[in-house]
Amino acid sequence: MPEQFKLILKHADSPGYTPDLECYARHGGYEALKKALATTARDLADGKKLSPQEVVREDVKASGLRGRGGAGFSAGLKWSFVDRRSGKPIYLICNADESEPGTFKDRQILHKDPHQLIEGMIISCWANDVKLAYIYIRGEMPHGARLLEKALAEAKAKGFLGKNILGTGYDLEIYVHRGAGAYICGEETGLIESLEGKRAYPRIKPPYFPAVLGLYMCPTIVNNVETLCHVKHIVTMGPAEYAKLGTPNNTGTRIVSLSGDVMKPGYFEVEVGKVTLGQLINDPNFGGGLRPGRSLKAVIPGGSSSKVLKAGEVFKLNRKGADGQMTKVDVPLLDLPYDFDSLQGAGTMSGSGAIIVMDDSRSMVDVLANLSEFYAHESCGQCTPCREGALWLAKGTHRLAHGEGRKQDADYLSHIAQNIQGRTICAFGEAASWPVLSFVKKFKDEFEAQGAADEAARGKAARPNQH
Amino acid sequence: MSNAATTAPAPAPAAPPPVEKIKIKVDGREVEVPKLLPNWQGKLEPTTMLQAVQLAGGEVPHYCYHPKLPVAGNCRMCLVEFGTPMMGPDRKPVLNEDGTPKIAKSVLPYEPQTPRGAIACATPISPGMELYPNSPATKQMREAVLESLLINHPLDCPICDQAGECKLQEYSVEHGQASSRFVEAKVHKPKAVDLGPRIVLDDERCVLCTRCIRFTKDIAGDDALGIVNRGSYNTIAAWKAGAFDNNYTLNTVDLCPVGALTSKDFRFKMRVWFLKETKSVCTSCGTGCNITIGSRESTIHRYEPRDNDAVNGPWMCDSGRLNYKWVAREDRLKEVLVRGAKAGWGTALKEISAKLATAPQGSVAVVASARQTTEELYLLKKLAAKFDALTDSVARNGEADKLLVSADRNPNRTGARLTGVASAELGLNLPRIAAGIANGSIKTLIVFGEDVTKHGLGGDLLAQLDTLIVSDILPNATTAIATYLLPGCAPAEKRGTFVNVKGRLQKLMQAVEPKGDARAEWEFLLELVPHVTGQSGFKSIEGLFNQMAQEVPAFAGLEWAKIGDTGVTVQI
Repeated sequence: MPEQFKLILKHADSPGYTPDLECYARHGGYEALKKALATTARDLADGKKLSPQEVVREDVKASGLRGRGGAGFSAGLKWSFVDRRSGKPIYLICNADESEPGTFKDRQILHKDPHQLIEGMIISCWANDVKLAYIYIRGEMPHGARLLEKALAEAKAKGFLGKNILGTGYDLEIYVHRGAGAYICGEETGLIESLEGKRAYPRIKPPYFPAVLGLYMCPTIVNNVETLCHVKHIVTMGPAEYAKLGTPNNTGTRIVSLSGDVMKPGYFEVEVGKVTLGQLINDPNFGGGLRPGRSLKAVIPGGSSSKVLKAGEVFKLNRKGADGQMTKVDVPLLDLPYDFDSLQGAGTMSGSGAIIVMDDSRSMVDVLANLSEFYAHESCGQCTPCREGALWLAKGTHRLAHGEGRKQDADYLSHIAQNIQGRTICAFGEAASWPVLSFVKKFKDEFEAQGAADEAARGKAARPNQH
Repeated sequence: MSNAATTAPAPAPAAPPPVEKIKIKVDGREVEVPKLLPNWQGKLEPTTMLQAVQLAGGEVPHYCYHPKLPVAGNCRMCLVEFGTPMMGPDRKPVLNEDGTPKIAKSVLPYEPQTPRGAIACATPISPGMELYPNSPATKQMREAVLESLLINHPLDCPICDQAGECKLQEYSVEHGQASSRFVEAKVHKPKAVDLGPRIVLDDERCVLCTRCIRFTKDIAGDDALGIVNRGSYNTIAAWKAGAFDNNYTLNTVDLCPVGALTSKDFRFKMRVWFLKETKSVCTSCGTGCNITIGSRESTIHRYEPRDNDAVNGPWMCDSGRLNYKWVAREDRLKEVLVRGAKAGWGTALKEISAKLATAPQGSVAVVASARQTTEELYLLKKLAAKFDALTDSVARNGEADKLLVSADRNPNRTGARLTGVASAELGLNLPRIAAGIANGSIKTLIVFGEDVTKHGLGGDLLAQLDTLIVSDILPNATTAIATYLLPGCAPAEKRGTFVNVKGRLQKLMQAVEPKGDARAEWEFLLELVPHVTGQSGFKSIEGLFNQMAQEVPAFAGLEWAKIGDTGVTVQI
């Protein structure tokens, strides 16, 4: 029977657990920070010597921790890209702009256990010689911002933050910055622009890689809330022990946000790759299955921008056999292990860990129209393909969903989406086009049938009415 | 301005360091380009794909990129398919069977069959890189960007001022599709927005390249412009209605690749393809910004800045740009007047020659204008030398700004000094001239282009003269009492040179015909001066300039024909 593995959410939902420092300390809070600060230099076999900070950075790399924000990039590797020779200050930003539709994991931490995030941040900042850090929190979470402000004040009062942390001589300030309500502020360079007080226009890369030219053109680390919490546990457990959680290359736990047509939507912390998509949807410990009489139609596996998977799909995945040889094996949709690599192998992504389940009562045309409207609304409008294309897609899908479709609309929408992906400044281009490309590809019959039905109803009008 | 400081010979420039080059391929052709090239601020930075293609003789279409503005990378028009040499696990290049390096074309990581372009404006080249600015994939990307730009565009070219010089039009013809598949409703945005005193914005025509915002913020140092709303509804706006009012706003009209930003002065007045373009120089201050005069028949319709990195780059100020209307004023001096009666040039010049021929030494004084061309000043100085006459001009000062406007509002003070008409400080001789008239030693005053009654030579004093010879363009208190009034020309009506405050000697070319009987001053001076001095030998502006170059030390070695469109720097 698959079960949750609560590492990050170990205490958060226990009765009587409160977001204040006193409660956090009673549950072992800030012990990891003390341990991290007491790290000693390490001699390597090749004669090199690692400073205590480098030791923690190496440990994070060795833990295999992958970013929990969406891209699943190695956190340790991201840290290693930081330009430490520029002589400029290094900044760390916690990305708490959780806004991918279907995702509601970071807010659990922010609202129920803010000190865990702060402890993870202090350790990460210390390990990266950061003296000034920011928490960029989504504007729609005012309560979380207030809790963070309070928690920061508490931590400062206890000497975990501020000047001369725990007598080590290390200084760190953390500020909370509230966003003003835009999805694009979650894109790391858009976030940086927003934090600088500008419109959240993502920056072009090259040259503006945050690790070199980030906040105020200084080297900057941007990590997700959940990612930074994991750093605390890597320090507590040690990298080797931590890496035993989950599966190789997909270590640790992650919080899955499950929504849509399941009996028991909610968030579940699981070991990465130890639980399948089918178990998350159907197991009584997780989603509890679909509503009575319904059958599965589709799953969006990693937040609304990930490519949709269709019920009954079978994927060819690389599997390492007992002999160490890689072989291709057939894996049906519901047997897909919920981890970074398997979902990628299935042509989609685990993204922000948000699973949206759709049963046979759903019209894929309606679902796509809804998603496209979101992306049209959230496109920042900086670069041409996304600015014009996202709204075009929204208008096209809206038309199709409101009785004014055409048989050729399926191809029409795909072509528009193809002209966006890979041609934009940031990954929003993919986010806006992937739902369209995958929905239309996998449910083409439904889209064409809708268009044909509309045409028949209109008496084959050559062009739909213009809105 | 100190002569001693400025005439010292410049130290010989150190030999430039060798330029490091890299080899790349553009559409299959190998080219070698510098590894570093100047960025928008002139600082050396890794050469971009766009610069490399330009050096290879090609072109990458673009909207947001401008060589003198920070790179934005937002229009995506310059997306180019490219490849880089494949590296083996040993970090050595992988070779084809024929020994050439194997190229890995850039593809979408999640869809390896689809090429992934890079924005040529911001992507640096690397050794062995291959660029495909004309490949089918590149063309498809361009076509798609154009389609996106056009779906919400009003397509109102027939009534758009930009038509004829519009990048949206040009690229649509070169790279676009013939028909549209867009069947949705267009986005509507504000029309005829009053951004400021000189600029009107049509937001529906705007392609949101942000050139105007970047220029205003990063060049003009004004945060007046920004974007409001989001996504496809993005709209350029001034922070407050009418707040776009710095002295450089009209540059955004030039920068705007489409018809979104229009000049209140020029809009709806003239189709650009009817305009004759004449290279000239702005004469509103000592900077001497290079301009293109747009005229039709004998009417000037606009000034536009003309690129010259030694002077103004691609910009000019609004006040200079709009300072052309006086040329068409109704009260322009159009007739030769002798003692208030209309006369012919022949009669007037003959009488003046006769008078001057008998004038004793020291009985003549000349007030020239530092708004005249160097050639005219040179001729007046020659004339003055005949009588050992006092000469001077009038200072005209204002406030300088940080970008182009010079505190010296005379366009040719340097020319006045170099020809010897005036000293470094203009106007020092005016009191001496006044005293000379008052004590009766000066009997004849020659005034060009200045109203001397405002500069210490009042009407009562001028009444004491025997002869007052005046040439000007517009009427004033001095012209009203002239014995001989010779109507002159606006700079746009003649040829000649100006020397700016930094010693850049630049040519004016004639855009329009003089009004009425007016003639270029150098032209009638060329008739008058030889009569008086007995010297001659030149008949054209070219000959005149070349003669002057032989006599004025600062111009030694120069020839009219060798002064390019952007001028030459002389030792001042």
